Amino acid sequence: MSAPPKARLTHALARVPYAQFLGVRAELHGDELTLVLPYAEHLIGNPMLPALHGGVVGALMELTALTQLAVAARSEKFPKTIDIGVDYLRSGRPVDTFARARVVKIGRRIANVQVEAWQDARDKPIAAMHGHFLMPEDESPS
Amino acid sequence: MSEQNQPGYGVGAESLERVRSMLAFTPQARALGIELIRLEPARCWGRAPYKPELIGDPDTGVIAGGVLTTFLDQISGGAVFAAMNIPVVTATIDLRIDYMRPATPGQDILAEAHCYKIGRSVAFVRAVAYEQSPDDPIAHAVGAFMINSDGGRKPGANLKEPRP
Repeated sequence: MSAPPKARLTHALARVPYAQFLGVRAELHGDELTLVLPYAEHLIGNPMLPALHGGVVGALMELTALTQLAVAARSEKFPKTIDIGVDYLRSGRPVDTFARARVVKIGRRIANVQVEAWQDARDKPIAAMHGHFLMPEDESPS
Repeated sequence: MSEQNQPGYGVGAESLERVRSMLAFTPQARALGIELIRLEPARCWGRAPYKPELIGDPDTGVIAGGVLTTFLDQISGGAVFAAMNIPVVTATIDLRIDYMRPATPGQDILAEAHCYKIGRSVAFVRAVAYEQSPDDPIAHAVGAFMINSDGGRKPGANLKEPRP
């Protein structure tokens, strides 16, 4: 808990094999978190266009929500995903993708989060997600 | 509505091979190791093998939710294909996923998808992921898919800079 937020975050993500499999890295400026998914060939879902796999873009946004919630709760433990709804807005081009989450509400047990993913321009999102997450049980005695 | 747009119209054995070869040319499907098990009219079954590099919770070894998202998306696309009698390119419009419980560490995940309605432009699919039986689901997905989503775009269209 004593490590600075950025180090804690990098450490938490580095422990997740799937985040490494995608190649995701976190950038934290103040309390604003951006997850970056550098382009890689294995992320492609449509080889003709080519376009990123929709599932990968969804996964990036889910990871962004989980990481943002961990930051907000000052915890290294990630919440559990209850449900997500992903809207696909544009084809994901074979370039780097970014995602930012907005925590709408953290309740005692459930958190509500909205996420957007974009590539060239923040105001031209390629996908949006909203989801509900089960917050980890508080370990500290109250 | 024309006959070919009815769910389940004309699926043959060659379709299984066709979808398998589509998977073989999809880098992310290969990276996850997604296999196609069975194809029936408007229905598709697949497997995603357990792989340590896909773990989402290092404390328990449970596979990441993102893997299920990609897997269910892919198998849903297969069900759309199985509902048509011609090869189609699909693009996901939206996908809603409920995670009912963690996947069992060390076990492969199976999924089945059903394209229950198909129109001229949009197909509707539901899918479920499980290890043993769909009655004990890990996750459930509902999605809408655009049919012939390439919209006349040529191969390599996404390599160009987007218009400002």
